[in-house]
Amino acid sequence: METQTETETKETKATMARMTGAEAVIHCLLAEGVDLIYGYPGGAIMPVYDELYKFQDKLHHVLTRHEQGATHAAQGYARTSGKVGVAIATSGPGATNFVTGIADAQIDSTPMVCITGQVGSHLLGSDAFQETDIIGISTPITKWNHQVTKAEDIPAVLAKAFYIARSGRPGPVLVDITKDAQFGELDFKYEKCKGVRSYKAVPDTDPKTLDQAAELINKAKKPMIIFGQGVILGKAEEELKNFVEKSGIPSAWTILGLSALPTSHPLNVGMVGMHGNYGPNKLTNECDVLIAIGMRFDDRVTGNLETYAKQAKVIHFEIDPAEINKNVNADVAVMGNVKNTLASILPLIQTDSYESWLQEFKEFDKIEFDKVIKEELYPSKDGLSMGEVLRGINEETKGDAVIVSDVGQHQMIACRYAEFTKSKSNVTSGGLGTMGFALPAAIGAKMGAPEREVVAIIGDGGYQMTIQELGTIFQTKVPVKIVVLNNDFLGMVRQWQQLFFDKRYASTEMVNPDFVTIAKGYHIEAKRVTKREDLQGAIKEMIASKDPYFLEVCVEKENNVFPMIPTGASVSDIRLS
Amino acid sequence: MKKESFTISVYTENNVGLLNRISAIFMRRHINLESFTASVSEIKDVYRFTIVVMMTEEQVKKIIGQIEKQIEVIKAFYHKDDETIYQETALFKIDSKLLFEERQIQNVIKDSNANIVTVTPEYFVLEKTGRRKEVEALYDELEPYGLMQFVRSGRIAVTKEKMHISKILENFTPEVI
Repeated sequence: METQTETETKETKATMARMTGAEAVIHCLLAEGVDLIYGYPGGAIMPVYDELYKFQDKLHHVLTRHEQGATHAAQGYARTSGKVGVAIATSGPGATNFVTGIADAQIDSTPMVCITGQVGSHLLGSDAFQETDIIGISTPITKWNHQVTKAEDIPAVLAKAFYIARSGRPGPVLVDITKDAQFGELDFKYEKCKGVRSYKAVPDTDPKTLDQAAELINKAKKPMIIFGQGVILGKAEEELKNFVEKSGIPSAWTILGLSALPTSHPLNVGMVGMHGNYGPNKLTNECDVLIAIGMRFDDRVTGNLETYAKQAKVIHFEIDPAEINKNVNADVAVMGNVKNTLASILPLIQTDSYESWLQEFKEFDKIEFDKVIKEELYPSKDGLSMGEVLRGINEETKGDAVIVSDVGQHQMIACRYAEFTKSKSNVTSGGLGTMGFALPAAIGAKMGAPEREVVAIIGDGGYQMTIQELGTIFQTKVPVKIVVLNNDFLGMVRQWQQLFFDKRYASTEMVNPDFVTIAKGYHIEAKRVTKREDLQGAIKEMIASKDPYFLEVCVEKENNVFPMIPTGASVSDIRLS
Repeated sequence: MKKESFTISVYTENNVGLLNRISAIFMRRHINLESFTASVSEIKDVYRFTIVVMMTEEQVKKIIGQIEKQIEVIKAFYHKDDETIYQETALFKIDSKLLFEERQIQNVIKDSNANIVTVTPEYFVLEKTGRRKEVEALYDELEPYGLMQFVRSGRIAVTKEKMHISKILENFTPEVI
């Protein structure tokens, strides 16, 4: 990848020519190794689209049906490919429709470059047609943003944008280019950005902290690991596995850390957090050393901070200095990319195992299985459960699929029950909780990993927030598998209404259209399942299909997701019913 | 932990959007700024924000982390009042007639170590630089006579310790990703 990009850069340099800013945008993208972008044209970005037309053999543009879809598709692409996702739109409403996707990428640390057109620089501040201050709007939700008003600034700004988006803790960057900068001319010369003087992408690791961490780990009697997406973003899956296996420490994951370690790994003890597993939540408040790896102690993970792991020494492996002591104080903070820090600490830790401690997790697992999991995966009721759909998908895909989930009950069920053998397999909107994320993200996820099966698990509510992206699937023929778990409710909100608002179901019941007919309207093969005996056959048919496929499963209307830590409660007060 | 006054110094690149980025960090957390001053610094092309806030030390540490996280921020520091030398400047615009009609105002001016910046037949402008308390004391003395205009700057401060910004800039070496 790196070498390929270098060659391309040299080629681009050699052609150093007079060109428009719009053409320069294309050459910059090519020099960064981009071959796929998502977007939607419009007035202020038309010069760039005109160049996209000329370069369509080198740079593939996917026309989404809404700019929000372009951002989520770029996110999905970034999450499965590990590369920077690129989205492009026009000024005004085009740019503002990017906002949700940008905010989602910011909170989930997804590398993304968004390019927006802007009105001519002479019109800035005049309330011109489709003028909006997207720099002002996107400032709090971008890692960096910049407005270009001169053609000659385009290469350096885009080079910096890509560097910032992918380096250190990744994130979204927005570059706003005025129309006159797109039309203006420049002598094109591209140099990849190798650093920004005010920005240290990866902090130095103090070797003392490695010794201190190793000492705590080696002395621990009941240590526990919680790993997050930092492992995946840092490409540190192998280092994590080595660390876990040598230390013998039970390891739990955050929702975005899921799939960094195979779900079947004997030391994988499940998910922490609000709808996580019983054992790791309970035992967070029993462990003596808590080793946090590339995670940020989100409130959905910690519950009440006053009662969170107070008994434990906390070791925090982290790339972003602002995360240290933000929510949970670290006794030892090991700064740096976890790929390096985990590799460096490996020789310092003893080979160990914690049989009786691990047994405590297993005992909680038994309780959770009897009280929650058994009924979810093998329901005794007539109505279908979301869990049995996931079990069916696991059976067909053998844990090799990428699962893209939306937001709500089905998302928690998907993350709790999906089995994963490979990293970068769980694509979900974790931090922002963006309903409507999954359908467009699945498009990007499949394009980012074309050799892999991609299954989107979506609720009937979130599905209708970006349902128009069926048009993108139809047009591109991208073979994603779409599963809508339909309970005719905004299920998670309804669950909260049941538990905390005396069953006052305010505006959560959905009167839904015929989803199968809608999918068929887009010429997507579609099926509805209402009975248990039809489920596995339908899943098998869906997975076997070489084309896009839509499967609606009508599930029990009023099932709840458990376990659950009520908002503001302690992780040890996790409820099983 | 109790709230106290902190002076936050932020060294940055020259970037139009940075003011927005930095103020948004405070706004999001409902933190009122006592004062906010932007200026050049001792280093060419490096700008400096001097921000005064009332908060706990634990809060201010987190704020510094969020500020430093911004790409074009070079370094941010926080200091307690006794760790800095700080001043504010105020301008008082006063009707010139008062100099003759209210003779005691001349004594107030003399005793206050304030400077007369300009005098016209209609008004004169008084400048007072000092700590907030000193400026406020002068304000309290002059206010009963009637002020045509009054304005006070934000705090500017230098620290007692060395800042080493140039060294920090040298240490930002390009890195391979």
